[in-house]
Amino acid sequence: MPTSPDLSVDALSRMVEPARVRREVYTDPAIFELEMSRIFATAWVYVGHESQIKKPGDYFTARIARKPLVIVRGENGEVHALHNQCAHRGAMVVANDAGCTNEFQCCYHGWTYHLDGHLKAVPLNNGYPDDFDTKNPKTAMVKVPRVGLYRGFIFLSLAQEGQSFEDYLGYMKTSLDDMVDRAPDGEIEIAGGVFKHTYEGNWKLYLENLCDAAHPWFTHRSSIAAAQQQSDDVFSDGSGEIAIRQMRQNGAPYSFWENQVGIWTYANGHSYLGDYHDDAKLVAAMNDPTFREYFKAMEDKKGKAETQRIMEVRRWNSNFYPNMSMMSQFQQLRVIHPIAVNKTVVYTYCFKLKGAPEQMFRNTISFANVVNGTGSLVLTDDLEIYNRVTLGLSSEGAEWLEIGRGFKTDGPDQHGGRKGLNSTSEVYIRNMFESWRGYMLDGPTVKTTRQQEAVA
Amino acid sequence: MLNTADSRTASMTDLRAYEAFLIHEARLLDEGRFDEWLALFTADTHYWVPSQPNQANPFDTISLMSDDRRLLETRVRRLADPRIYSQEPRSRTSRIVTNLSLEPNPGKPGDVIRSKFALVEYRREEQRHFAGTYCHRLVAHGSSFQIAEKRIDLVNCDGPLDGLVVPF
Repeated sequence: MPTSPDLSVDALSRMVEPARVRREVYTDPAIFELEMSRIFATAWVYVGHESQIKKPGDYFTARIARKPLVIVRGENGEVHALHNQCAHRGAMVVANDAGCTNEFQCCYHGWTYHLDGHLKAVPLNNGYPDDFDTKNPKTAMVKVPRVGLYRGFIFLSLAQEGQSFEDYLGYMKTSLDDMVDRAPDGEIEIAGGVFKHTYEGNWKLYLENLCDAAHPWFTHRSSIAAAQQQSDDVFSDGSGEIAIRQMRQNGAPYSFWENQVGIWTYANGHSYLGDYHDDAKLVAAMNDPTFREYFKAMEDKKGKAETQRIMEVRRWNSNFYPNMSMMSQFQQLRVIHPIAVNKTVVYTYCFKLKGAPEQMFRNTISFANVVNGTGSLVLTDDLEIYNRVTLGLSSEGAEWLEIGRGFKTDGPDQHGGRKGLNSTSEVYIRNMFESWRGYMLDGPTVKTTRQQEAVA
Repeated sequence: MLNTADSRTASMTDLRAYEAFLIHEARLLDEGRFDEWLALFTADTHYWVPSQPNQANPFDTISLMSDDRRLLETRVRRLADPRIYSQEPRSRTSRIVTNLSLEPNPGKPGDVIRSKFALVEYRREEQRHFAGTYCHRLVAHGSSFQIAEKRIDLVNCDGPLDGLVVPF
């Protein structure tokens, strides 16, 4: 019989050391439940983008820590985030993924709500106790207490108080800037559908893989080899070319990852991996006619100096702990949904750069299909890894998991963070666990010792 | 098209030939004979698994798979690689192809054949079920056909899925 785990602050504190973590943080259902209440129910969590709700009444549904929410554009253009729950009998009110409406009506007994959640009408509104008041906020679809907006990106915090949104983003807001700045017209929109993929494994494994520069050489060797052997004179409608070049790039040797690519981390568990593409047609490549057209559109709208500044930002995946990763070079964004300790669903979105040539978005789609897609030649091997880590962790062989690569050579970053000597450092995993400790032990408002040192 | 007895007879004959071809294709996939399967496709083929119901095109919306010939060759070569970890161990599959009908041709060479399929995939103590609609555009090739386009609409194309590795 398994004994119930000790989840005291002392016990949790002993689970994460600077360069190793206890196996249970990935496998223990009780720790998972604590993560849902101490991390996901307090932290700022990404839920969507304002381009999903362009006009009043537009809404989409989302989840934080399995809790259903609805995000809606109000009558005066403001963004509301509501718990998707009827104040009467608790039914989920909004069932569609997205839509446009002038009110929300519960399908159970017809309680009807305004877009900001307050009650509009209650059928058979008679005989209630004296203290029943349709104007009382408690008879509303309850509002999420804090909404954070930055350049169209919508984050929510389910906690009444805590760290400010600005502090949460910190220097990492520059990655969000990078995504938006790349649009010649200065605006981006979510477009092209969403991939939903799932694996039998813990939610933390996902972000831990997205800045992992040491895994492609092994995990993706089948797609690397297949792409390297592919003849280029075979018919392609364009999508095949982008895809194959991308897979070849994953096969860059260790010397490349160790000499030309970096990894940076910041407070609150955030990090980004430097871009690792030197292919003449993949990114920022003047040999590509589409890119030349795009570059001209940028210069026409933003001027030469600003275009130059924007193009010199070369980042690959940027991780926003605990639940989002985005990538500006091919306009991708992934949202991690923890379902159970060993079950995760990830939604993958694409962004369209307004004012960019149409072919740019086709390249975005091609990239998504072959790298991030559910039936892709790349992500499918990552999903296998997550599943295998879960299978492996069910063994009680190893008590501790190593996160120590590069530990002795990590150093401070000029913007208050910490960077690896090069991209293969696991500094970004250590950084996420620093944040994990912060949320799990101290609450989100208390910076961990190391993060304070980094800022000092 | 199918108003007269003559044309009905002709199209039924065609459908039997197309059905035999689709059954052969399904068998190659079930038996993991991917090189032979690849040889069924034309040089400018498009192999497509949309991510949305009624998806209009593969260019402005993501797809579960959208392969031109170059990418399809790469996909098949990867399937043969012993280090394709998502196929270690290998899946076993069993497919049923049925309900064939001849569809209006949008003015391209060959005939468009719509069919229904059911696919069971077994791997590592887990069995997954897929079902949906195939649309093949088949062009004459010697005494048989080649696949100029293949569209696979899964009933759960927009649902959460673990990795899709074995082709549909």
